[in-house]
Amino acid sequence: MSIYRPEGIDDSYTNDGVTPTPPPTLPRLGARGTVRWVWRQLTSMRVALMLLMLLAVAAVPGSVLPQRPVDPAKVAAYLVDHPGSGAWLDRLGAFDVYASVWFSAIYLLLFVSLIGCILPRTRAHLGAVRARPPRVPRRFDRFGATGGFTTTSAPREVADEAAAALRGPIRWLPRFRVDVREEQAGTWAVSAERGYLRETGNLVFHLALIGLIVAVGTGQFLHYRGQAIVVQGRGFANAVVDYDTFESGSGFDPASLVPFSLTLDEFTARFDPETLAARYFRADVTVRDPDGSERPESIRVNHPLDAGGAKVYLQGNGYAPDVTVRDAAGEVAFAGPVPFVAADDVYTSRGVIKVPDVSTGDQIGIVGFLLPTALETAPGLWRSVNPQPNAPLLVLSVWAGDLGLDDGIPQNVYQLDQQGMTQAVNAAAAPVTLYVRPGETVDLPDGLGSITFDALPRFVALDLRHDPSLAFVLAFALAALAGLATSLFTPRRRVWVRAAPDGSGRTVITAAALARGDDLGLQGELDRVLDALPGAGVLPTAAESDDVTDNDDVPHDGLHDDLYDDDAMTAPEANR
Amino acid sequence: MNVADLGDLSTTLVWGAVTAYTVALIAYTLDLARLTEQAGSAARRARETASAAVTRAAAVGPVRTGGTGTLTSPRTAPGGGAPGRRTSKARGIARSTTILGLALQVAAVVLRGIAAGRTPWANMYEFALVGTMVAVVVLLLVLRRRDVPFLGVAVTGLTVLALAVALLVFYVQADGVQPALDSYWLVIHVGVAITAAGVFTVAFAASVLQLLRSSRERGSGALSRPVWRWLDTVPGLTELEALSFRLNAVGFVLWTFTVIAGAIWAEHAWGRYWGWDPKEVWSFVIWVVYAAYLHARTTRGWAGRRAAWFVVVGYSCVLANFTLVNLFFAGKHTYSGL
Repeated sequence: MSIYRPEGIDDSYTNDGVTPTPPPTLPRLGARGTVRWVWRQLTSMRVALMLLMLLAVAAVPGSVLPQRPVDPAKVAAYLVDHPGSGAWLDRLGAFDVYASVWFSAIYLLLFVSLIGCILPRTRAHLGAVRARPPRVPRRFDRFGATGGFTTTSAPREVADEAAAALRGPIRWLPRFRVDVREEQAGTWAVSAERGYLRETGNLVFHLALIGLIVAVGTGQFLHYRGQAIVVQGRGFANAVVDYDTFESGSGFDPASLVPFSLTLDEFTARFDPETLAARYFRADVTVRDPDGSERPESIRVNHPLDAGGAKVYLQGNGYAPDVTVRDAAGEVAFAGPVPFVAADDVYTSRGVIKVPDVSTGDQIGIVGFLLPTALETAPGLWRSVNPQPNAPLLVLSVWAGDLGLDDGIPQNVYQLDQQGMTQAVNAAAAPVTLYVRPGETVDLPDGLGSITFDALPRFVALDLRHDPSLAFVLAFALAALAGLATSLFTPRRRVWVRAAPDGSGRTVITAAALARGDDLGLQGELDRVLDALPGAGVLPTAAESDDVTDNDDVPHDGLHDDLYDDDAMTAPEANR
Repeated sequence: MNVADLGDLSTTLVWGAVTAYTVALIAYTLDLARLTEQAGSAARRARETASAAVTRAAAVGPVRTGGTGTLTSPRTAPGGGAPGRRTSKARGIARSTTILGLALQVAAVVLRGIAAGRTPWANMYEFALVGTMVAVVVLLLVLRRRDVPFLGVAVTGLTVLALAVALLVFYVQADGVQPALDSYWLVIHVGVAITAAGVFTVAFAASVLQLLRSSRERGSGALSRPVWRWLDTVPGLTELEALSFRLNAVGFVLWTFTVIAGAIWAEHAWGRYWGWDPKEVWSFVIWVVYAAYLHARTTRGWAGRRAAWFVVVGYSCVLANFTLVNLFFAGKHTYSGL
């Protein structure tokens, strides 16, 4: 049976000891021949190696340049800062490296190469595991691990004992594949091989990688992911319209969203008393499943909530000052919590209150900061000194005019479109700054109305994600790991035992072992087999039983060409 | 004694370990110098008796350019029984100071963990502290079986350097962690990552040695000077490559596990298992480079020196992942505490 070997591989026993060399003259290639040649090149070890190196190099720019899927704002800033090179880099896909044509081309070629290599190899391996172990070599003295002794037991009996010792105690899980043959009349030989798991592990590893990329791709196709901001005491319903941002794979069906809802009952935040660094966040929520049943749950960082087939992650938190704005006519024009985004460790938070629905006069835009624990460090200069709401203060400036909400263009809720608005100023033409504490009501300048700071609830930023392929991704990753470890740590060994009558009624046992690569346990394996034979230890061995621990002593006979190229390999050979 | 004092004591112990490793570094270097000297005198002896012995030497010993007769045989290495290979005083000092340094370092790590009230590997300082500890453990294990003082020089040298940089540049007070790090995955993911880095360090030293020795055997001008004679006393190229491979195989499996565990943790903490964060990118690059190394070893014409260069590139990526990515690239893995 011819074993499939990818072009250029050098990793296994080659029984004839001859390294195949390519023919010196190139055959003329037709169209079919060219396709075959390209396929052979693509599935060769050398090209796989090149592609691996290319993949490593191609991945690097994505860590140096800002990436659109991670941080689009940074990419925009980079393009502004580098008007010349930025545009070119953008054209090359350098701001979305991992979805770029060239990166995809490399890993797809790599996977084609992998499939082209692994599938025939799998077929060959399935054949090999059913094949008999290789024949017993005529001479043993050229092997590094040898042994033997003379016994009174019959050759057949010795061979059977050796076979039993090689197979090991577990019937259904033999350590060695064993073949017992009668070579000449009365002479019995055992050949055994172990380490088929090495190739099995190798194949499992590579096949699992294919499974992994398929699972990841399927997940991309079917997943959805959305972000929602939920204020304490308020709720969220799992529908596309209720998300602040939502993206999904092209295979996702919006009707498949499970209509559960949740309410944020309480949010707990703890900080280190000295460094003020965040230490603990917990969101206590009530989840209402579609069947109407309610259950209390908590979401923490590292402890997402499972709801409606999706996972709900706690990704951020902050304060949403609850305010009431009255217009010039004293009518309530706006009332409710407004999320302010924390900008630093002490939760100095920035936000915008947009009041379009005034009963009379201009629309109002209020911009400013929330300081959870405000301290006046200099006259008129306030800053937050603690992330907890010990002394909250709103520091606001007021704009009047047209908010620009009626254009139909989506606006950023955290930014005020100042076009069409004018800032309220005092008599000295300096902007008016309002300071509002909880419970206080402060008049807006220019008779625009008033603002009341009612309460200071917290909000959480939730990230909901559903990816049906997660279990498969994990399973394939673990299979790859198991296959890899099996293939790297399984020793591949061949053991041969020959029992021949010496003519005087006794039996001469000779044995040898061979490993692929270097193998510290080889001689020990052989000794263990010999010790299990009848008459072991009774008569001293005549054969050489050097304490061989390193493969340097194994002659280079083509069985170890995975270790070195030829000129370097001559050195150990000279040791003999 | 309160918790802050424990943290200070831990730092003092690290300085003690640095001192011990520095002594070990000097002792390993002296031992290497001794071997160089011996190799030199053996070469002189060999030259004096060259005419008489040339036929015999060709028959029994590995004769190479600049070779030193049977002394270079790797077979003499494990037992150390050959003349001139007995343990010297320098070797004994090197070994005992390395063990002393390790003991101090283990105590420092344990105290650091108690002072911070968590697993002691959550920032760059602690990562360097524990990573070098693993490297020294692997070094001691390897030296038990193999006679390679160069590995001692390389690993204690890198350890002293890394610890000094950690103490002077990366140092932060022992403290709790942010909520994202408050997970048992910190123990698993980062612990295994550190172990892998330690294993890669020793493998890197073995590959560097392999490259140096093979360059010398090829007759490289710079490496044929007498000062590099000690290279003739290190294990053979095949054995060095095998040592490097075995360590790298362990390191690669550990690294694969690190990446998988990191993906599971990222899924728990950030809601996605892979997001091409700079740290993830570089972990991927490291994985691919070491995968390429494993493939190179079994590709005709790429084993030996070329494969060893992959180890050098791979280890450079490990170092870059630890330093550049932590300090200069903005990402979700910015836990240096600096």
